[in-house]
Amino acid sequence: MNAVLNAPVYADVPRQPFRPGPSGTHITIRGLTKYFAGWPLYENFDLDIPKGKITSVFGPNGCGKSTLINMIAGLVPIDAGEILFDGKSLKDTRIGYVFQNYREALFPWMRTIDNIAYPLKLAGFTKAEVDRRMQELVASFDVKFDLNRYPYELSGGQQQTASIMRALAPRPEVLFLDEPFSALDFEMTLFIREKLQEVFIQTGTTMMLVSHDLEEAVYLADHVLLLTKRPTSVADLLVYDDPRPRTVQTLTEPSFVQTKKKSLEIFQREVRK
Amino acid sequence: MPPGAVRRSIDWGKALPLVGPVVLLVLWDLVVRFGLIKAILLPLPGDTLATLVSGLLGGNLLTHFWVTLERTLLAFAIAAGVGMPLGIVLGSAERAYRSVEFLVDFFRSTPASALIPLFLLIFGISDVNKVAIAAFGAFLIVVFNSAYGVINARKQRVMAARVMGATRWQIFRDVLFWESLQPSFVGLRSAVSMALVIVVVAEMFIGSENGLGHKIIDAQQVMNVKVMYAAIMAAGILGYLLNVAFLFIERRVVHWSGR
Repeated sequence: MNAVLNAPVYADVPRQPFRPGPSGTHITIRGLTKYFAGWPLYENFDLDIPKGKITSVFGPNGCGKSTLINMIAGLVPIDAGEILFDGKSLKDTRIGYVFQNYREALFPWMRTIDNIAYPLKLAGFTKAEVDRRMQELVASFDVKFDLNRYPYELSGGQQQTASIMRALAPRPEVLFLDEPFSALDFEMTLFIREKLQEVFIQTGTTMMLVSHDLEEAVYLADHVLLLTKRPTSVADLLVYDDPRPRTVQTLTEPSFVQTKKKSLEIFQREVRK
Repeated sequence: MPPGAVRRSIDWGKALPLVGPVVLLVLWDLVVRFGLIKAILLPLPGDTLATLVSGLLGGNLLTHFWVTLERTLLAFAIAAGVGMPLGIVLGSAERAYRSVEFLVDFFRSTPASALIPLFLLIFGISDVNKVAIAAFGAFLIVVFNSAYGVINARKQRVMAARVMGATRWQIFRDVLFWESLQPSFVGLRSAVSMALVIVVVAEMFIGSENGLGHKIIDAQQVMNVKVMYAAIMAAGILGYLLNVAFLFIERRVVHWSGR
């Protein structure tokens, strides 16, 4: 996936030696370059994503927030650069991905339970292993709806819950979430947000969350990654370390308000540039 | 009304589909009774329906009905059995489909009846001929719809499978095939209608001893209009039932369609 496509003509310039990220880094992105219709979206972009943390990605429209996680997840090819997970390439890494549009992400010809078990079957799990893992998932998500139904028989929130369960089923090293709440009503958003936080506290899975809602981005995040307009670079990487579980009270804590305010300032500065 | 009796309101909404046919039959009857159209060209609807019912209840119209049904289903089975796998394979290798797209579109646009003389040369005046040409016409529709079903598969479902580590073959087996089912069924339904049309035409004009097409042209030659109209209606019933049957199967198989 990380092969250099459209290699530049000056490829004989000696490559820069690989610079590892600071300790605790999970994903290292080096020299990432991506052109869209001849215009650079990312050019020589470097980034370190910490392990066992939630990193929220926030930035102006069209800066390529989703494209960034799609490139890391291998869904969008990159023009140049290198992306490593604990030093491994993508093909040696188990990842999970939650799409915004759950309707077009789940397979309507399979029962919900088979949708969730699908990545386990791909990974060659035996029937007994699949059953055991499914029981764990059902317990940890406290599922109250009938998983033997087809996805289209469930509500939007239930479908998105199933999508998250499917993404987490094979115990991924990294979970990508592309605006997972945007297609949900407010009640479901709150519910799934809490579920996601619970799962994170239980498993400590590295997560990358793209969000267009700043409050939500900060609320869930350990790190808020703020991007510039294109060609995109890192505007700032804010650390937000209020303890979990975070609750409604968190939203009025000075540290939360402070982080959100700072994020907004940086965002507005970048938009006006 | 005695006290306590429940007044049942009749749900007229359910009777709406009957309005059209009843109006048509009444108009038909009036037109013939008042001599606007000669009875020698158009029999009374009552007589026609009586001929139809007695013919289908064990009369020889039933034999013709079965023969036409058999030919149609045989042609359709060949078209679906070859066309669907081929369409799905062509659709998943888009370059392959692009290279035959013109041929499919061209022959799909050519009236199949125009090819009857060609098929006569190849197969002669035989039963095989009628089935072959109907199968050919239906086949093109199936290939086209199945191929486009795969080509237009929801990209996000393919991406979802890929991100979960599915191989190309697994994506084909678990996603593309299923995604193509709904458009494939649209193709199958049009294909069975097309097969019926061609079979009836072939029965009329390729020397035939049986089938509804033969019955219609035969009755027309001897001006037996009652039998002619009854046979036409039998052909209509056959087409309608085939469509209903396919819609039923489609809802069962592609249960997620439209949801």
